[in-house]
Amino acid sequence: MKAVSKGKSKKTKSDATEEVWNLRLYVAGQTAKSISAFTNLKKICEEHLAGKYQIEVIDLLKNPQLAKGDQIIALPTLVRKLPEPIKKIIGNLANTERVLVGLDIRSV
Amino acid sequence: MVKKKHNTVVLEKCPTGIKGLDEITKGGLPKGRPTLICGSAGCGKTLFAMEFLLRGALDFGEPGVFMTFEETPDDLAKNFISLGFDINDMMLRGLIAMDHVYIERSEIEETGEYDLEGLFIRLGSAIDSVGAKRVVLDTIEALFSGLTNAAIIRAELRRLFHWLKERGVTAIVTGESGDKMLTRYGLEEYVADCVILLDFRIDEQISTRRLRIIKYRGSSHGADEYPFLIDEGGLSILPITSLGLDYPVSSQRVSTGVPKLDAMLEGKGFYRGSTILISGTAGTGKTSLAATFADAACRRGERCLYAAFEESPSQIIRNMASIGIDLAPWVNKGLLRFHSARPSLYGLEMHLLTFHKIINEFHPQIFIVDPISNLNAAGSATEVKSILTRLIDYLKMSNITTFLTDLTHFEGVLERTSEEISSLIDTWILLRDIELNGERNRGLYILKSRGMSHSNQIQEFLLTNRGIGLIDIYTGSGEVLTGSARAAQEAGEKAIDLVRRREAERKLRAQERKRNALEANITALRAEFDVETLEVQLMAEEEQKRQAVQAEDRLDMAHLRRGKPLDIQALRSKKKTKG
Repeated sequence: MKAVSKGKSKKTKSDATEEVWNLRLYVAGQTAKSISAFTNLKKICEEHLAGKYQIEVIDLLKNPQLAKGDQIIALPTLVRKLPEPIKKIIGNLANTERVLVGLDIRSV
Repeated sequence: MVKKKHNTVVLEKCPTGIKGLDEITKGGLPKGRPTLICGSAGCGKTLFAMEFLLRGALDFGEPGVFMTFEETPDDLAKNFISLGFDINDMMLRGLIAMDHVYIERSEIEETGEYDLEGLFIRLGSAIDSVGAKRVVLDTIEALFSGLTNAAIIRAELRRLFHWLKERGVTAIVTGESGDKMLTRYGLEEYVADCVILLDFRIDEQISTRRLRIIKYRGSSHGADEYPFLIDEGGLSILPITSLGLDYPVSSQRVSTGVPKLDAMLEGKGFYRGSTILISGTAGTGKTSLAATFADAACRRGERCLYAAFEESPSQIIRNMASIGIDLAPWVNKGLLRFHSARPSLYGLEMHLLTFHKIINEFHPQIFIVDPISNLNAAGSATEVKSILTRLIDYLKMSNITTFLTDLTHFEGVLERTSEEISSLIDTWILLRDIELNGERNRGLYILKSRGMSHSNQIQEFLLTNRGIGLIDIYTGSGEVLTGSARAAQEAGEKAIDLVRRREAERKLRAQERKRNALEANITALRAEFDVETLEVQLMAEEEQKRQAVQAEDRLDMAHLRRGKPLDIQALRSKKKTKG
């Protein structure tokens, strides 16, 4: 998945106090589910966290040992590493409302 | 195609290494397929699965992966170190891999479609890391409580079991018992090959664990409920009827320790490896007989295991010293080992297993249980019988001479032991009270002894300070007497004997006198007769003389009258004889 490296979008500290959202998306190869999950995530981040998010896509087919660390069972899984506490959202993130609730993003 | 057909005919099995299980399953779990272990909480599922894995890695060269959904690897490692398995060390040596799957529902939000590929990847990576042949998923049901979309889980489980089969790993999946189903979430639906149910019951405050193979596709298996135990050696299953009647027998004989009793058994004693039962009411000397037997065995240099259910070892040693049997040196030498436990201390299975374990480490030639009747406190009669059958079978297989004592309660049914195990017994000796004339004495007789012509006599059984003595019982004048009655009877009989003997002697003497008198008579008569004979002879002689003289006179006269020459001749001859 090409998105892997280029997904790392980092940005702008509009406020010094503003926290950076560190998001990790676990997938297994380029399946329909993983592509749609990435697309959905990207869209949500751009809308709600523009400029203060960072997405890391981890392909478990390439790095299976990484699954243990974040207790990944279902795929795709989105893990909110920062801000704490850690949150997990599984599924292709099609339901934006639930993703926002899951990530605890106050809609602005 | 042909090959596949062949495979289905001979189902390959994967030995578990769990004591007894491979016997019941005739080789182990189905190789390369998943097996479901279900049961209620605390019934030993995790232990079963872990032991399968660890024994596989240690004994069968099959590394394994333990995927735990509940306990953490640290907890597991702590739990199993007490069973003698060092999981951390085995992980370091690459024998097993562990993965703790932790699902916290509150941390997870579900949006849209997903699958459980992550689990597959983790499992696959763990399998590859050690080259695992065995996999345990304990318990995969946690998925149902961690995730909400049951439809996805079910679909994924189906795929998981397929995937496991494809990878050719032998898997154990555990599942908690449900209300009406074997498992709460119906895992048995996915695992079609082998299902084993573990059960944990408490009867009269004594717990028993049981195992049952619910199904085993493509293989015959024991269908009973098998008791099993968990102790410091792990899990042990006791197959109830796993042993056949094909044990080797010995024609060697072992002394009973009582010479007279040996004499009753063809002069040689019991067969080695046979089963001996001593039954009798309280205080008939069962323990003394057992101790004598043990003492004799130790004297021969054999090892003897004495399972005492009534008395403590020191009490037995003290009491036996009073009849001149000193067991303490044998204990010190390590030839005699006591195993003392209250029967109600734990369940029957535990007793049996404890016996197995001690026998396996002590290797006794003689095994004494005193008494078996006390086992009734730990289980029902049928259970006791089943335990004893298995115990006796096992001991026979090991050619251990088994000496059981049995306390019977009613005089009338002495011949029926409460456990009705007589068919298992080779030599059955009965000790009984004989009450007579305000005295209680002990009698011993052999009810049966397979394979030898034993004595049919009742012997009086005496406990003296020099051990056990057997005395021929008094059976004269059509009654049986023991103790002082026997002594009295014997004394009385002696007196009568004496009187009779005297009478006979007197008669003999009278007859002798008569004979003497008769002989005197005969002598007198003969003397008289002799005298008469003499007289008669004398008379006859005189008559002869007289006649001779007469004849001479007549010749003389004739000569004087005629003077013929012929007569001169006659006269000459007469003169000649005279000269």
